[in-house]
Amino acid sequence: MTILTQSSDSKPEVQTNQEEEEEHGDHRMFGLATFLVADGMTFAGFFAAYLTYKAVNPLLPDSIYELELALPALNTILLLVSSATFHRAGQALKRNDSKICQRWLLLTAGLGLAFLASQMVEYFTLPFGLTDNVYASTFYALTGFHGLHVSLGAIMISIVCWQARSPNGRITNKNTFPLEAAELYWHFVDGIWVILFIILYLL
Amino acid sequence: MPKSSAPLIIGLIIALVVGGILIGENINLLPVDASSNATVYDELFKVLFSIGTILFLGIVGLVIYSLIRFRRKPGQIGDGLAIEDNLPLEIFWTAVPTIVILFVGLYSYDIYDRMGGMQSLQHANHNSQQMAANQRIWGGIGSGSISANNMEGKVGALPVEVTAMQFAFLFHYPKGDILTGELHVPVGEPVSLRMESKDVIHAFWVPEFRIKQDVIPGQPTILNFTPTKPGRYPIICAELCGPYHGGMRSTVVVEESNDYQTWFEKNSKDITTQT
Amino acid sequence: MTISIPPVNEGDSIKLQPKGFLRYFSFSLDHKVIGLQYLVCGFLFYLIGGVLAGAIRIELTSPISDFMARDVYNQVLTLHGTIMIFLWIVPVVNGAFGNYLIPFYVGARDMAFPRLNAVAFWMIPPAGLLLISSYFINGAAESGWTAYPPLSITTPAAGQLIWIFSVLLLGGSSIFGGINFIATILKLRRPGLRLMNLPMYCWAMLGTSILVVLSTPVLAGTLVLLSFDIVAHTGFFNPALGGNVVVYQHLFWFYSHPAVYIMVLPAFGLVSEILPVHCRKPLFGYTTMVYSIMAIVVLGFVVWAHHMFTSGTPPWMRLFFTIATSFIAVPTGIKFFNWVATLWGGRISLNSAVLFSCGFIINFVLGGITGVALAQVPFDIHVHDTYFVVAHFHYIVYGGSVFVIFSSIYHWYPKFTGKLLNENLGRIHFLLTFIGFNLCFAPQHWLGLNGMPRRVAEYDPQFTLVNQISSAGALLMAISTLPFLWNVFYSAFKGTIAGDNPWQALTPEWLTSSPPPIENWEGSAPLVTKPYGYGLDPKAIKNESTENIEEEI
Repeated sequence: MTILTQSSDSKPEVQTNQEEEEEHGDHRMFGLATFLVADGMTFAGFFAAYLTYKAVNPLLPDSIYELELALPALNTILLLVSSATFHRAGQALKRNDSKICQRWLLLTAGLGLAFLASQMVEYFTLPFGLTDNVYASTFYALTGFHGLHVSLGAIMISIVCWQARSPNGRITNKNTFPLEAAELYWHFVDGIWVILFIILYLL
Repeated sequence: MPKSSAPLIIGLIIALVVGGILIGENINLLPVDASSNATVYDELFKVLFSIGTILFLGIVGLVIYSLIRFRRKPGQIGDGLAIEDNLPLEIFWTAVPTIVILFVGLYSYDIYDRMGGMQSLQHANHNSQQMAANQRIWGGIGSGSISANNMEGKVGALPVEVTAMQFAFLFHYPKGDILTGELHVPVGEPVSLRMESKDVIHAFWVPEFRIKQDVIPGQPTILNFTPTKPGRYPIICAELCGPYHGGMRSTVVVEESNDYQTWFEKNSKDITTQT
Repeated sequence: MTISIPPVNEGDSIKLQPKGFLRYFSFSLDHKVIGLQYLVCGFLFYLIGGVLAGAIRIELTSPISDFMARDVYNQVLTLHGTIMIFLWIVPVVNGAFGNYLIPFYVGARDMAFPRLNAVAFWMIPPAGLLLISSYFINGAAESGWTAYPPLSITTPAAGQLIWIFSVLLLGGSSIFGGINFIATILKLRRPGLRLMNLPMYCWAMLGTSILVVLSTPVLAGTLVLLSFDIVAHTGFFNPALGGNVVVYQHLFWFYSHPAVYIMVLPAFGLVSEILPVHCRKPLFGYTTMVYSIMAIVVLGFVVWAHHMFTSGTPPWMRLFFTIATSFIAVPTGIKFFNWVATLWGGRISLNSAVLFSCGFIINFVLGGITGVALAQVPFDIHVHDTYFVVAHFHYIVYGGSVFVIFSSIYHWYPKFTGKLLNENLGRIHFLLTFIGFNLCFAPQHWLGLNGMPRRVAEYDPQFTLVNQISSAGALLMAISTLPFLWNVFYSAFKGTIAGDNPWQALTPEWLTSSPPPIENWEGSAPLVTKPYGYGLDPKAIKNESTENIEEEI
């Protein structure tokens, strides 16, 4: 440590410390949250584009965009309920009750798949196609990008569910990260849907 | 800093400011000013050039002076002055740029207003043939106060429809139904261009007029100006529009009223306007 | 100092990494290896981008399009812009120096997510090779690095799609890097180290990473929409379907203006590290420097439409963006005054690192002044999309960021390799670069004011002479690379042994051996709460050994 004497100020400033050997915590959740902020910005860009189109671009002739509300409203409920069921799964895991945890996870994945199915039904009943006009394009881009997120989430839940199959599995109440990560992601996807629902269907 | 150096510093600052203003006023980096916009623009340019010169020479001078004055001489050891902070100084050099920026901002707002930038764009004489859906005008420069003054007692601005395409400008005069590749305008009279592109984005630029406006497909834009000096000036496409972008040029011919009238009558297809 | 090295998160796998020279070609998890991988890879792309710039300057020595076909010229300028921004400056000022220095500065043994870090780096070479290969496949993209539709939709699709895919990869790499930096700076700080003790580069990287994480995804989304327009003929940017080409510009510049700060803020941070060491003075106004970085970050998000003053934007919008953009000059000005104050009263060693840093200050002041002018709508409508703008942003990104990259290489090369770079070659490099750069770009201000638009292969013959002067400057810049390359290779083998801390610096990366051991410190990380504490205690200086300082003079 010759450096210490070389320049100016010295010991109080440069020192070693026992505390440093404390292990760094697990920052994966922090990293995931930052990533979700970034992901959210992609949606924000799409929303901004959609709102701009709506505000400044005139409607083309023959285009009416009265979207049916029943199905999307049902979808909103499906996703909100699935957020709650995922939460219950997390609570069950903390009690180390892997059976119950798995059941709640399966229910969540089921709700997600139901959402996707209902979204498909909506796609096939809509009076416009992807390339009809800019509103149609934006509608499909937004809902499609969100649907992609839901599909990814459903896959994640299935993996988590499999990993939580027993108290000796990879996911236990000692290693909750995969489940917590999937849960945070799922809540994020639900939150985005609520915003999407308000902007696309209600406004 | 010793007190005796204060007059020297004040002297240097005065010399810097005077020098900056002299450079800004006397060195002309711009082409001919051939429109009413251009004279206003050149006024702004001189002010910005002066301020920029003062700041640039000031900071560069300080850097070079410090490098020479405070360089480590052979045999010198040890550290420099341990000054970490100086609140009055920090406040001073936060205030100076803020004041300069506020001044520049207000001044350029004034200039922009005089160029007609803050005017409503719907005013131009182009509302005849357009469909309601396309009425929204997307930007450009409205007719400024200067051209408004010129217009007193006269009919409105000369309307010209500009169509840009890869890789040419087409000019259509609704009054005489003239279609031409070269823009002819009478000197001293306001002109109003309504521009739209057929394919990609182009930009209409006349450096001597100091004006530029993108020409956008699907969204008409407006550009108003009043030429002040007769001559032939280039019209340049300033937005990358494809392989021949560099060759996409045309000419604006600013003529005396008589010459313009002759040209107009020669080319006009609409006999009723020839009276 | 007898504490054993604690494993970091993935410490075991680090030990399984290849040793020696080979590790620079491996999926290494060591932040120092990744940093150097970024640096060397970025520099290789810089050489390619430089060759493309040379081709552009050769074409422009004559007013007619004679050196290459017109569409090839557009491909070359597109590749030049994309490579220099996404493969050279962004990865180097962020990835290279960020990865190398940030863990030292926060007192960590590695980045927060070493594996993600390696993934982020290894996305870059394939993306870059893909981008360049598109030229040989079916012609590269030819709509400029801005890729404005409808031009980008009507030009040959293959090149444009490859361009989009490469930029998406590079954007993803950038986002992963940003997440890693934020987590490392905020979460991995060694106990006892407060945020306001961090070296300035950490603050710059924190600000930059916030910009990256919040703005890059918008570009990614926009490019996906653009690719749909090309492939699936959707109507986002197609007026015939009610789309709007100006919306693309808004979304694009929402990323691409912050991208300027992504290229420049880390450079500000690096200069703030280099100047105090060689001036032997504390960094002047640390607190205001931190606040001004954060002010630039916040303002950086609300200035994008100043790139669109002629694109058909309403008057209120032009006014708002004029004001917001102008005000960025205030925090930036504060930083420059603080650097000058850091020089003032110092004991400045006029070595290559300082010369390049001061060259940066001079160039950037000019770029900043033209920047404030360009922010004024009435000024901008004349010079927008002309060579004035070309000159302005090269003063920012080359005169600014690239000068700082060279300065940083001179400063940290002894840390990377344990050898000093040759001072004389360094000064020749500086002189050639500085003269060449100014000769190349200063005349372009005049070209733009007098009527030469950017991105043209042919121009009015009255501009021939000035263009030839500019090309001569470019030639000097190309030549300036030779002494640098020779210096780097020669010094790596035969350079003077630097010792652990040749500059007597106080920042933590110098408080270990050069090059540093695999987990940065043999013992535990030092706690440096005053990274710029030069000259604070005159009594301590008297005792110091001055040999190294003597040598360096």
